Amino acid sequence: MIELNSLLNPTIQQIKPSGIRKYFDIANEMEDVISLSVGEPDFHTPWHIREAGIESLEKGRTRYTPNRGFAVLREEIAKFISRHYHVDYAPETDILVTVGGSEAIDLCMRCVLCPGDEALIPQPSFVCYEPIARMAGGVPVIIETKPENGFRLTAEEIEEKVTDKTKLLVLPYPNNPTGAVMRREDLEAVARVVEKHNLLVLSDEIYASLTYGEEGHVSIASLPGMRERTVLVNGFSKSHSMTGWRLGYAAGPKELMALMTKLHQFAIMSAPTTSQYAAIEAMKNGDEDMAYMREQYDMRRRLILDGLNSLGLKCFEPEGAFYVFPSIKCTGLTSGEFCERLIYSKHVAVVPGDAFGACGEGFLRISYCYSVKHITEALERMQAFLREL
Amino acid sequence: MAMEQLLELLQDNAQLTPAQLAVMVGKEEGEVKKAIARYEKDGVIKGYHALINWERTESQKAAALIELRVTPKKDTGFDEIAGRIMNFSEVESVYLMSGGFDLAVTVVGRTMQDIAMFVAKRLSTIDGVLSTATHFVLTKYKDGGVVFNSDYEEIDERGSNLCD
Repeated sequence: MIELNSLLNPTIQQIKPSGIRKYFDIANEMEDVISLSVGEPDFHTPWHIREAGIESLEKGRTRYTPNRGFAVLREEIAKFISRHYHVDYAPETDILVTVGGSEAIDLCMRCVLCPGDEALIPQPSFVCYEPIARMAGGVPVIIETKPENGFRLTAEEIEEKVTDKTKLLVLPYPNNPTGAVMRREDLEAVARVVEKHNLLVLSDEIYASLTYGEEGHVSIASLPGMRERTVLVNGFSKSHSMTGWRLGYAAGPKELMALMTKLHQFAIMSAPTTSQYAAIEAMKNGDEDMAYMREQYDMRRRLILDGLNSLGLKCFEPEGAFYVFPSIKCTGLTSGEFCERLIYSKHVAVVPGDAFGACGEGFLRISYCYSVKHITEALERMQAFLREL
Repeated sequence: MAMEQLLELLQDNAQLTPAQLAVMVGKEEGEVKKAIARYEKDGVIKGYHALINWERTESQKAAALIELRVTPKKDTGFDEIAGRIMNFSEVESVYLMSGGFDLAVTVVGRTMQDIAMFVAKRLSTIDGVLSTATHFVLTKYKDGGVVFNSDYEEIDERGSNLCD
């Protein structure tokens, strides 16, 4: 018998598994579970986009693509970013098509962080940044954003944590799980600190298309001087309901993109070909789908926000993504206790806030990528649950 | 714009309460109630139905689409004949069509035999009807924007992922 553990990488062994698992396991054992826990759209990929993928298969277009992704796709992505977020990238050198936004995050961290380098990671946030920073050899430094700031990142919070080892700032907005967005003035303040300390920014804008309200999404890369020090990460999963196609992209300064492309070419070769064909269609003719889905989510957002507030769960108004993040502190329960009791007694699955960082304790992540009927039913069950507490 | 949304929401799900609708479109509940009342009065909202998949029930139902070619009347055009056809309770819908025929009529009955008799005795005998072609519905895949055929029904496959 070999002692396998001694042969495996301790850095990865020591990383804790995601805290969401437990609730999925419980939910899977039950019938009639109403879940508000998933983080992917309920809409299908629009048919014309699926058709483009199908057509490419019918024609036998199943070879590798160029490492960076099809040139025409990169051109369309450049146009898309320019038309929606007002940043200009050269398709030949500044854009890399990746396997989901996740790969772009991984590549960026590995190309930037050296052993001992610090990466600032605001929390609550998507669970991947901390483990990836660690696996890249870096040191994750957590910034706890606060409900009283609407979970926005402030310049002061960065100043408190920045050291001479800090190299990278992760900017996860619109935010999963809080639904917080950064307004232009918030970003301007952050940009000044970033410049002052000569940092790079990994701006994860996967939920950019789901920004509600008049101003719309503002990318930090569109601010003066920031394009050169920002890796903009986005993808097709949330904006075009294409989660399973596994396609995303990174855009940034060409020197860094060249490094990321090198890594990508050795580890991945090229992103899935069928998905790239579908994505070309999504970029060319998908803006209406995107607007339609945003409108639908927006209506559900208002409905669930109103519902939770009338249940007495205090909720700041999320302006992006498809989550609400209500406080459950008034119940006296921890997030974990609340979720466990809720699922056992009312068969409603939600995710405890502390799965997204310790400062998420006292909150729940509730997803509204569900039908209105489903949301209404879940709210009714939660109301009954709260009455019985 | 918000009021157009209101109609779309109701078309999708007529069970939403005025309070829910108000929250979703960002209006006061009173405004929504008033708007709905006005739509009903003006005939914009013509009714509220449940979408029933009769194939899943015990009750017998048959349906057919009948193409009619007719001679339009001098003054009233197609309206008069359409009006006569609409009066039959068996008739579910009547459309004036472009193309190879004039009126498309959907008819429901207990059996195909019933429908065939209805067409022969009631429709084809109407003055001005030149010909009829009856197409029976064999199965309903989608109706009113909703998928009926269970092979294509939506299954929520989401939720197995741990870090989204």
